Amino acid sequence: MSADIYLNVAVSGLLTGLVYGLMALGLSVIFGVVRVVNFAHGEMMTIAMYLAIVLFQSFGLDPLVMMVPIAGVLFCFGYAMQAGLINPFINRPEHSQFILLVALAIILVNVLLMIFGPDARSVQTSYSYDSFAFGRLIVDATKLYAGGAAIVVAAALFAFFKFADIGKAIRACADNYTGALVVGLNVKHLYALTFGLGAACVGAAGSMLTLIIDVTPPLGPQYTLLAFVIVITGGLGSMPGALLGGVLIGMTEALAGLLFTPSAKSMFAFAILVLVLLFRPQGILGKRAS
Amino acid sequence: MSLSFRFGLSRRHLLASAAATVFAPAIVRAQGAALKVGVLLPRSGAQAGIGQDCFRGVEVTNPILKDLGLGELQFLNADTETNVEVARSRAEKLIADGAQLLMGAFDSGQSSAIAQVAEQKGIPYVINIAAAPDITEQGYKFVFRNFPTAGMILGDAFANQKEIFAEAGSAPKSVVFMHVNDTFGTAMQKGIGAVMPKFNMPYEIKETIAYDPTARDLSVEIAKAKATGAEALLVVSRLNDAILLTREMVKQRWTPMGVLSMGPGWYEDQYLKTLGKLGDGPLSFVPWYDPNKKLSKALEAAVAKKYPEINLNTNHIYTFEALLIAADAYKRAGSADPKALADAIRATDIKDNVSTGPGISFNAKGQNDKLKNAGIQNRGGKLVTVAPKGATNAKAEFPMTPYDKRG
Repeated sequence: MSADIYLNVAVSGLLTGLVYGLMALGLSVIFGVVRVVNFAHGEMMTIAMYLAIVLFQSFGLDPLVMMVPIAGVLFCFGYAMQAGLINPFINRPEHSQFILLVALAIILVNVLLMIFGPDARSVQTSYSYDSFAFGRLIVDATKLYAGGAAIVVAAALFAFFKFADIGKAIRACADNYTGALVVGLNVKHLYALTFGLGAACVGAAGSMLTLIIDVTPPLGPQYTLLAFVIVITGGLGSMPGALLGGVLIGMTEALAGLLFTPSAKSMFAFAILVLVLLFRPQGILGKRAS
Repeated sequence: MSLSFRFGLSRRHLLASAAATVFAPAIVRAQGAALKVGVLLPRSGAQAGIGQDCFRGVEVTNPILKDLGLGELQFLNADTETNVEVARSRAEKLIADGAQLLMGAFDSGQSSAIAQVAEQKGIPYVINIAAAPDITEQGYKFVFRNFPTAGMILGDAFANQKEIFAEAGSAPKSVVFMHVNDTFGTAMQKGIGAVMPKFNMPYEIKETIAYDPTARDLSVEIAKAKATGAEALLVVSRLNDAILLTREMVKQRWTPMGVLSMGPGWYEDQYLKTLGKLGDGPLSFVPWYDPNKKLSKALEAAVAKKYPEINLNTNHIYTFEALLIAADAYKRAGSADPKALADAIRATDIKDNVSTGPGISFNAKGQNDKLKNAGIQNRGGKLVTVAPKGATNAKAEFPMTPYDKRG
């Protein structure tokens, strides 16, 4: 095989990995602040994907353009979910939180099945079949747009947490829960805001993913698992770690498919996870628990 | 004498009366009531599209059976969720719910699991679509298949390909073989290794690429296939992956001389509708129907009436025929007794059928080994039959038009 194919496949894996990273970023943000593991993460992404498909099929609205409104809808959904459903469980044992979110995930899958049925759905934009040729490198247009948008959204999120007052307050909650209460921060509101932001991330990622993959209701659990693999690899609670994990898993799957057998490409992503758990349990960019 | 006569007569009468009392209602019930058929199809999950297409075949069956003078069937439906274990448990549940015969399940893995349950419980099972040869090699007494095995499909596929290449005056010298990594795909892969050498094909297989049946992105697989430099794509796939493979070929700017499919996916309505002009060109070598048969026309008309946008295809044909076999056997058996039904199915001899070949009958293993396969091509959103000679309605377009020259 010529060198071109390695480059083509690596770039494709990188772009897909960026979108994976954005999806996992939401999970990491929620865990990093609220300390709740969102087991309905992939299911929330499928809601965003169906929203994008409905908007496209009904009004011809491009999923890339609709990324922001869909992220807004998911933000509201996440905020309401945290404020109304999860906040009462914050101080309960982890298994209660786990069961709550797994139950929610199952409900979401079944509601989507009732509304949309089991058929795979996709969007066919005017650029669905486009690609760009840079010499011998051929780049899928949809993946390029989605990867670029993922970078922009992730950068905006980083900037929000770094520079905005609310972002700083959320980080303060994550660093010292009691301290945040002492200085008078409305922690419950900030938790709901954080869950909303995590949901908005997954909403944006879901909108972009409709350009790359078809959606069916049972897709959710697969992507919940993928998000876990990514954040554990990158470092649970670490935002740059989630992006790095996404890129690493995306590229590993792509190159493993090329160098070994494509049907076993997921196996290599899990092999990376096992290696990380063995040699750096806190994840590549995660902080060791004190 | 008189006493003996009286006793003898009374005893016979008594026995006959008792037999009539015990069995007559059952016979009357069997002849009057509809046979309960447990329909097992993958109506959700990765094979949902095809499972639902098979179900269209179920939905048009009863009126045709009525016209044929056969009793209507009562359907108990179950979704296998494209999952072998779910298929097994649903089969058990259908039997517990009163199913007197099972039918399905499109997929070889799921059908194998159902066959085990049917055999264990002693309930007849008629497979609509599943090609893995092993299913009818287990010595089962209650399992019947009116669908060609992988070897039968492959043998006819290679013969039909050679016929098409000869007529087109063009043949690929190399192919890359891509197959879905499930029971059907691996059975076909093994079959190709065994059958292809017998046909002296003009091409060699440069590389074999297996891929995950639930894959959502096949870009790496197509990149790998393209990099082999093969002139054509030989493929065994399902529906969703056929669409994904085509999309990736377009995006990666690779148009092989031809797509030679030996499984489902490439001729399905959803494939044609989703891809439009990009869906034209693939050749599928599949179990098909003889358009000249009377019952083919009836089935075609029934599907066209109920689903005006849908072309008659393998899924409808073989699902319908599986139910035809059940109804025909039930009428001849005169009973829903599982053994009587199984014996009647084994003795099936239906000449007026739909699929290509001389008709429906089963060998000692429960396999219809007389089925024939055709070569069909997607053309302008429709399907034309291009092989074998004598059963065609169009000439194959080979090589196919490059994707970037389709306007």
